Amino acid sequence: MHAYANPTRFLAIARPLTPWLLGVGLLLVLAGAWAGLTQVPGDYKQGETARILYVHVPAAWLGMGGWTSLALAGLIQLVWRHPLSGIAARAIAVPGMLFTALCLATGSIWGKPTWGTWWEWDGRMTSMLVLLFLYAGFIALTNGDASGGGGQRQGGSLSRGAAIYALVGAINIPIINRSVVWWNSLHQGPSITLRGSSIDNALLWPLGLTLLGFSLLFGAIVVMRMRRIIADNRVGARLRRLADDEGN
Amino acid sequence: MKAKHQRLVLALFAVAGIAGAGVLGASALRDEAAYFRTPVEIKGGKAVVGEPMRLGGMVASGSIARQSDGLTIRFVATDGKASVPVEYTGIVPDLFGEESGMVADGRMRADGTFVADRILAKHDERYMPPQMGDMPKNMKAPKA
Repeated sequence: MHAYANPTRFLAIARPLTPWLLGVGLLLVLAGAWAGLTQVPGDYKQGETARILYVHVPAAWLGMGGWTSLALAGLIQLVWRHPLSGIAARAIAVPGMLFTALCLATGSIWGKPTWGTWWEWDGRMTSMLVLLFLYAGFIALTNGDASGGGGQRQGGSLSRGAAIYALVGAINIPIINRSVVWWNSLHQGPSITLRGSSIDNALLWPLGLTLLGFSLLFGAIVVMRMRRIIADNRVGARLRRLADDEGN
Repeated sequence: MKAKHQRLVLALFAVAGIAGAGVLGASALRDEAAYFRTPVEIKGGKAVVGEPMRLGGMVASGSIARQSDGLTIRFVATDGKASVPVEYTGIVPDLFGEESGMVADGRMRADGTFVADRILAKHDERYMPPQMGDMPKNMKAPKA
């Protein structure tokens, strides 16, 4: 596990990986958008409005998956003190929040013509909004860690408070997932379950393209942000050494 | 026990505690976090006459009747076990229709009719091409 603790070793993999994640991700998203907009029929009832699911579903998936991996990174940092896990958690927070916001926005745009309302306080929508606020809190907390208080954190790791916050916030993920099952809600139940999909295959396949494409883009953003945080740390360390040298 | 293992055990206990608290909280909320009441709950005495509430259910087949003023509709909301007559004056969403879900804001009248101020259409989890939508119900994708 600690084989990649060394940022140099991580960078040796991350550098060549970045353009591939970015390029293949973009291609798949474009292909999925083209297929979803032109190659499949609209829904029998909603008509063209249904096509927003090719963005909405991946955004929801990545918003929730983002916090799950952020919480895992927090756990790994708390227990194993793995130096890259804190960097990973901080790198995940921004795209996680972005996709959560995208999910809420596309859901709202879909809700108006389908349900007849932009927003309702049902279980699914409320718990997803809570996730957005959790991301905002985590970003504020880690920015505060990095920019003062107890001084610069060593190597971009999370403070214990931020790591615990990530773990506590994870309780919201199963709540979002089950919200439409536990409580009757305006949002429909899950279409895609372990038992299969109630989205017909004729409409389903572009979702595979955008789901994979957005996931790769998410990965690309995370790797790029991790590289940036590592570079920042190195600059910081070098400046401190220089300042120490001049002081002597 | 190494410090690493101590931290792991501590973290796992903490996670289990948080998860337990979450489950307890969610199950306590179970009823109160519901977005709407179903007809069977209303028959079971969950509705107080004149008090604002939300009713959700399927619009019963063949039940939508437009009144002579051209704006008011009456229909029956059902959940398969019980049904409640609903009255609404106004414009309904495009997706509102028989044999599909709806959620209505309003209140119960003393005669057992639910008077709605607002109606939302509820979509279900099935998505399919238009030509399949005309097929008989039992040939459509199974309800998950």
